[in-house]
Amino acid sequence: MAEEKKVGTYICKGCGIGDRVNTAGMATIATRECKSQVTKEHDFLCSAEGVKMIQDDIDNDGVNHIAIVACSRRAKTEAFSFENVAISRGNVREGVIWVRPDTDEASETTQEMAEDYTRMAVHEVSVMTPPTPSGQSEGRKNLLIVGGGISGMTAAIEAARAGYEATIVEKTGALGGSAANLYRRVPESSPFKDPEDSGVAALIAAVDADSKITVHLNSTVTKTSGAPGRFSADITTESGATATENFGAIIQTSGFTEYDANQLPHLGYGKGKNVVTQMELEALAAAADGGVIKTADGKDINSVVFIQCAGQRSDEEGHLPYCSGHCCTTSIKQAMYFKDQNPAIDTTVMFTDLRTPGAGGEDFYRSGQDKGINFTKGVASEVTDNGNGCTVKFRDMILDEDTSTDADLVVLATGMVANAGVDIDVVGQDDPGKWEVSVDSILNLDYRQGKDMPQLRHGFNDSHFICFPYETRRTGIYTAGPTRRPMDIGQAIEDATGAALKAIQAAENAELGRAAHPRSGDLSYPSFRKEGCTQCKRCTVECPFGAIDEDEERYPQFNEGRCRRCGTCMGACPVRVISFDNYSIDTVGNQIKNVDIPEEFDEKPRILVLACENDAYPALDMAAMNGVEYSAFARIIPIRCLGSTNLIWVTDALNSGYDGIILMGCQKGENYQCHFVKGSEIAQDRMSKVDDTLQSLSLEPERVETYEIAITDIERAPQLINDMAATIEKIGMSPFKF
Amino acid sequence: MSDVIATNQTILVVGGGISGMTAALEAAECGKQVILLEKSPALGGRVSQLYRYFPKLCHPTCGLEINNRRIKGNKNLRIITMSEVASISGDAGNYSVKVKVSPRYITENCTACGECGKVVETEFDDDFNYGLGKRKGAYLQHAMAYPQRYVLDPAIIGTDDASKAREACKYDAIDLDMQEEEIDITVGAIIWATGWQPYDANKIQAYGYDRIDNVITSVEFERLCDPHGPTGGKILRPSDGAEAKNVAMIQCAGSRDINHLKHCSRICCMASLKHANYVNEKYGEEGQATIYYIDIRAIDRIDDFYRKVKELPNVTFTKSKVASVVENKENGNPVLHGVDTEGYHRYANEHDLVVLAIGMEPSVPADAFPVDVKFNEEGFIEADESNGAIFAAGCSSDALDVNRAVQNATASALRAIQVVNNVAGSEG
Repeated sequence: MAEEKKVGTYICKGCGIGDRVNTAGMATIATRECKSQVTKEHDFLCSAEGVKMIQDDIDNDGVNHIAIVACSRRAKTEAFSFENVAISRGNVREGVIWVRPDTDEASETTQEMAEDYTRMAVHEVSVMTPPTPSGQSEGRKNLLIVGGGISGMTAAIEAARAGYEATIVEKTGALGGSAANLYRRVPESSPFKDPEDSGVAALIAAVDADSKITVHLNSTVTKTSGAPGRFSADITTESGATATENFGAIIQTSGFTEYDANQLPHLGYGKGKNVVTQMELEALAAAADGGVIKTADGKDINSVVFIQCAGQRSDEEGHLPYCSGHCCTTSIKQAMYFKDQNPAIDTTVMFTDLRTPGAGGEDFYRSGQDKGINFTKGVASEVTDNGNGCTVKFRDMILDEDTSTDADLVVLATGMVANAGVDIDVVGQDDPGKWEVSVDSILNLDYRQGKDMPQLRHGFNDSHFICFPYETRRTGIYTAGPTRRPMDIGQAIEDATGAALKAIQAAENAELGRAAHPRSGDLSYPSFRKEGCTQCKRCTVECPFGAIDEDEERYPQFNEGRCRRCGTCMGACPVRVISFDNYSIDTVGNQIKNVDIPEEFDEKPRILVLACENDAYPALDMAAMNGVEYSAFARIIPIRCLGSTNLIWVTDALNSGYDGIILMGCQKGENYQCHFVKGSEIAQDRMSKVDDTLQSLSLEPERVETYEIAITDIERAPQLINDMAATIEKIGMSPFKF
Repeated sequence: MSDVIATNQTILVVGGGISGMTAALEAAECGKQVILLEKSPALGGRVSQLYRYFPKLCHPTCGLEINNRRIKGNKNLRIITMSEVASISGDAGNYSVKVKVSPRYITENCTACGECGKVVETEFDDDFNYGLGKRKGAYLQHAMAYPQRYVLDPAIIGTDDASKAREACKYDAIDLDMQEEEIDITVGAIIWATGWQPYDANKIQAYGYDRIDNVITSVEFERLCDPHGPTGGKILRPSDGAEAKNVAMIQCAGSRDINHLKHCSRICCMASLKHANYVNEKYGEEGQATIYYIDIRAIDRIDDFYRKVKELPNVTFTKSKVASVVENKENGNPVLHGVDTEGYHRYANEHDLVVLAIGMEPSVPADAFPVDVKFNEEGFIEADESNGAIFAAGCSSDALDVNRAVQNATASALRAIQVVNNVAGSEG
């Protein structure tokens, strides 16, 4: 930045701060010790008048680095958001006066806390720069949609309606996907009584008629590179001709494959024409087109049994452990194919739990009952050919007995298997420079961490977040429809529409250099000093979003648009060459190093707490609001993610005489709650090396603790701080005081 | 109320629960101008009253924190709390909306220092806790309430408490003369996300909610389990404050029943599985949870959670629509009568506490809706051309879980954007 750095410190005396601590003393420290050029106290800093005072200093006095020493950064955020300046927050309300008793004995240590948070805020902002976008984006906003089924066509049409161009790449020779093979679909609007047209033809017509949509049939994506706003994709036809096109964002709608029923020989599949899957029945129904449905070998059908959860919700080898969601209503629909044509045909749906949720689901179920479909709670064990048809042996769960029934046709409700491409956790990445096209891959990503989207569970590309179903681990690429999660047509349409929004949003934000969720709008991005880099690859391997590639010389190649700004790369870097303009080794390191460390014999230990800003820090704030007290020796620094913790912070803290260090991150493992997916887990692995550091300094291992903290831990988080204070009392002060 | 600037390129979102917040944020993060209305003093809606989500057992407040932070950082989004839509007129691309804003009696000067809450004395039933606890007449709805600003209960206006609150405030943030306001705004598209409410359990006569203390609803049970809740996270039964260790969950309480709600409310099975898990977590082997169900509807990969709970030795599943609940007068225990349909065994089972897995109905009934849109028989808004640019999001559109509500809200945001982009295109 051309203009000279000028630091202003603004100390609030409101909310009891002025009554509890000596703000004049804090101001003196800011000015004399921390070299703040402008330092002001105010009775009510967040008032219009207080905010104006700061804005005037920015406008008229050239102040461009602002330390607000007042309440938590979570409070009054809008009041204290100034354009084009660096801002830090010293938390003396929730962080000091609300967690300390208002007593004479406590006043000295309370004042020390307030003074330290002043030092930390000023020293932090001094090494910050207001972030500006890298300008890497090419500003492209058209969408690449991989897969031309209902989900893909819906995404394209909905994006086009909002004014965005879309290109559909479809592997087969026609649009429509699996749904094109349906005779009818489950109704999506009231009164939810009868099967309705699949809607595929109408969607194809809409795609064809839309000048904003381009379709490549018989084509696959053979290479994808770049980032939101500047993706590049090779689109290759069956004949091998390849065209390279550029896109702003990508939606993967590669759909599902029906589970292979050949793995269910005990249910009679593959032994004759009397046992079919749901998709095969659709073909029979489509062939009959409202007339009499016959078996594939032309036999009459007077009775049908639908076996739900065939090879699903089962731990047996080769079976699917999950529920595919749509099969209950699909079987009801298929039973109606028979009932609507001839009510005398006997149809039985054999289920364990009939799953027809919502308004439409239950109405449709009721309509099926009205049409005379039988529903039997039972588990089929064997289907055999009896010469005339099939015999289904089953456990009748209601009569609590083993029994059997005969049927001319048995329909197996087999599940959905995601077309998710290669599992990058199994298939390693090619070496940079030796990249090859994979025919199994959907996207053929030229990314350091693998060719396809990471899978969450059971082979689907889903998000792990309840509140954020479109959370993606490859920024600007969204999956939708049954490749993301098993789902029916109605949900796939909603899903694809939502994914279209997210893709549009990713492209729009990339143009402005703004981060995607969860640090939406953040303009900071990592930069690195190439001369210091040792090409250790830790950043490229650990980035939870696969945002960092390697160039031909094997240096990391940061892609701003793909980056989620968590700082895991910064935490990983052993030579500390990675930083953000407003979040760096120094912004945190400076806070750590400028806390006043009393001498050993003062018996005033210092406990450093690095707290995840999304969960642990709010938990501590809320503890303060509830009047929960914790040790006056704690100094808490919010961090973007525990994954951004660089070991140097811990080493520096130990070397400068801190007596204890607590790292507070989010839950890791199967039900991880870290919003940067792996940050918390990676940090905890990294911290396992701290023991060596402690040993080399001859310090006790209990001086450094790492915890998983939930946002609801308003009692526990303060308790852990107090526990550390008690531990220090027991094992003694650190000998590293200066 | 400072001036609200809106044009026919603005998107109005009605309802500040998870669906409304999502729709508003997703649209605003695409660069659109959005106004979000919320009836209560703070955003978050019904999910902020949940202790945990199924199936991850993570905390809704974790996502709320992220959404709050997104809101704080977004200048395209304007939030008006304590507001309701009074009327809507006009057509897609050009709606006139009258908004009624109730007085909060506290201005933007509020720092949430809490002094007013300390000095007022009168206590009221706490709606946030479904009346299970008390709150003061000057209060913050919950610890993560956003906007982080206190509110005065209208009942204290004109009393000593109001004067005390005003005197305690050092920031001149209390305005006891604040009046209800009506503001008129023009918007291009409307996303309706007013969510759901629990079905009135008193109407399910056979289950005795109105006469047996120890019959509560699933939303109430959620508050009991929450460490921020009225019992500090202890499962204490209403009749005597004793710990309830033997808990029954009755599924389809109001749902899948033509006498009550025709539809399946989708979330209740999973909620009860989660509740059974709470009991197990709190008491281990000493706890006992029994789920009386018709079908366990654990769709798609959520079935993993059902399988996990089924393996707990102290959780029992009984396939039965419970016929009636009566109270054992000696100990206050509810006794459940019915038939286990797997084998047709009659039962009369006594439990410490009964939790009704209460159904979900739309918060705004069709006959109270401010404008003509298409409803289905269940009272949910159905997508239809005739709705113009009014799009339902979340549980205004169907009985949805959080994940699907957010998915649906995100889709609704795009539908609204299509309309305002069209307006922008035609107006150049």
